[in-house]
Amino acid sequence: MKRAGLFARSRVSRLPQAWRRPLAVVGTVVALAWIVVALAAPVLAPHDPLAQELPRLAPPGPGHWLGTDQLGRDILSRIMYGARVSIPLTLLLVALSVAVGGLLGACAGYFGRWVDETIMRLADLVFAFPTVILAMVVAAALGASLGNAVLAVLVVAWPAYARVTRGLVLGVRAREFVLSGRLLGFSAWRSLRVDVLPNVTGPVLVLATLDIGTALLLLSGLSFLGLGAKPPSPEWGAMVAAGVDVFDSWWVATFPGLAILTVVLAFNFLGDTLRDALDPRTAGAIKERAL
Amino acid sequence: MRSPLARFLVRRIVTALLLAVGITLVTFVLTNLVPGDPVAANLGQRALGDPAIVAQWRADHGLDRPLPQQYLMHLEGLLHGDLGTSQQSHRPVLDDLAESVPATLELAGAAILVSLVLGVGFGVVAALRRDRLSDHVLRVLSLVGISVPTFWLALVAFYVFFFRLQITPGSGRIDPGMTPPPQVTGLYTVDALLSGRWDVLSSAAGHLAAPALVLALYTIGLLTRFTRSAVLEVLGQDYVRSARAKGLPGRVVLFRYVLRPALVPVITVAGLAFGSLLSGTVLVEAVFAWPGVGQYAYRSATTLDLPAVMGVGLVVGVVYLVINLVVDVLYGVIDPRVRVS
Repeated sequence: MKRAGLFARSRVSRLPQAWRRPLAVVGTVVALAWIVVALAAPVLAPHDPLAQELPRLAPPGPGHWLGTDQLGRDILSRIMYGARVSIPLTLLLVALSVAVGGLLGACAGYFGRWVDETIMRLADLVFAFPTVILAMVVAAALGASLGNAVLAVLVVAWPAYARVTRGLVLGVRAREFVLSGRLLGFSAWRSLRVDVLPNVTGPVLVLATLDIGTALLLLSGLSFLGLGAKPPSPEWGAMVAAGVDVFDSWWVATFPGLAILTVVLAFNFLGDTLRDALDPRTAGAIKERAL
Repeated sequence: MRSPLARFLVRRIVTALLLAVGITLVTFVLTNLVPGDPVAANLGQRALGDPAIVAQWRADHGLDRPLPQQYLMHLEGLLHGDLGTSQQSHRPVLDDLAESVPATLELAGAAILVSLVLGVGFGVVAALRRDRLSDHVLRVLSLVGISVPTFWLALVAFYVFFFRLQITPGSGRIDPGMTPPPQVTGLYTVDALLSGRWDVLSSAAGHLAAPALVLALYTIGLLTRFTRSAVLEVLGQDYVRSARAKGLPGRVVLFRYVLRPALVPVITVAGLAFGSLLSGTVLVEAVFAWPGVGQYAYRSATTLDLPAVMGVGLVVGVVYLVINLVVDVLYGVIDPRVRVS
């Protein structure tokens, strides 16, 4: 308890040092590398990700470094192009969750009473389900497509942001500058937009960074179950699923899975450092989320 | 009702009941207000072309009534233990689930046991050896644990241990051709033990090992991280220093003064982790062909088998709710501060 008060100011100043820690360095390098791969896939990829060539199911070798799949497509190129599918969608998903959850949570915290009750009971309901089961039901009901998978994960992801934002808004709402704004005649919306939201975005964005890995796991999990990307899209989860049918050709599933693992690990390394730097005592504040 | 504990219990149970009703509403709304058309999913092309057959099918399944009425019918059925009839297996959903729930409970139960032993153990070791090599290694390993896609790990484990090394048996709960033990609990390992069928016990345990370990990895990572920070926080308390200062042996300090308070919040995390285990079973069961709820859920979701989807959502939601209720109550009983707040 003492620590939080004593070091409250220096927490932010600890951030630059945090970036020099080995986990943060590895996380940053790997995450940046993947972003470069996603951006430069057309230049970097040795083959067309959809081109079907012989031999099929070729093991990793000189022509195809990571082998080919059952349709003779180059796995390395598909993984590189897959980064253009999985990474932007994951970021979009987290951004949408922050926007929806953040807005609902802010309304709940700011307006209180029945608005708060309605929104937070809805959030409780979503929390009452194990994540994948609910996402799977939503995705299945909406129909199998990547867009619907994003929507399904959004349905299960927003309450976490709503809860955090609500708590933060409750803390800010009663502060003098908000009250004086209201006394000056600000409408509730303007007060929320101008005075309250800018003061709660920081912690919510940190939570969002921590969540990127989890979101990718959920999204690729749905694709693995056939509820996300459709062929021939080079989505990583769907590529792992393709490997189930050709079990002895281990490379078909192994490499796309490693791609998912490295991205998630990179963001978790970053998130772990961020969390440590910003609040050492909450290192264990976790919620059931992932696969 | 006077005592804070009784008030706390009543409040938690009422909340849980309200949430249970909410769960029935969510599963119902989700499977009804979404654009997927169960008629198209369940009738063949030729039958779909005949409006009379389509209308008959909708009437048979109560789909021609207004939604609120459908929901009330659904609730009434639930109160009578009727979860509807699966449109795929043409059997009562309750019967289908009764067959698959024990398989999933066995898998998830084994996984949570492994997670608790290893996760808490690793977390305590990491905290006691803070900033030493073993702490760093465990920290990276626990991060890897929560970052590995479960479905991929299941595939890799199946490939390496079954296909290549042939250490573990293949898919399913027991060897093909072996008769299951007489059903008492539905958990093959327990039933085999009760009936003294040692061959079945060894087969069931062998089949359980790989999927349970794969499923447990995420929770092990989660619990390691949580236990580490919980133990570290207690280690810094004044009363621990006093206990050390008055010369108590290290073992006594660790078990009586550190672990007891540190492990209380672990109960909550373990409860939450059980939810992620239930989620994970969908992906692990798909790979290991484990005949549990996860596989049933996946099959019914992809075929838009509405009653089955509702049944799975409901049962899993309620199981999760009960576990969280038990965890909350346990936590309140152990830690008086919780029930007062």
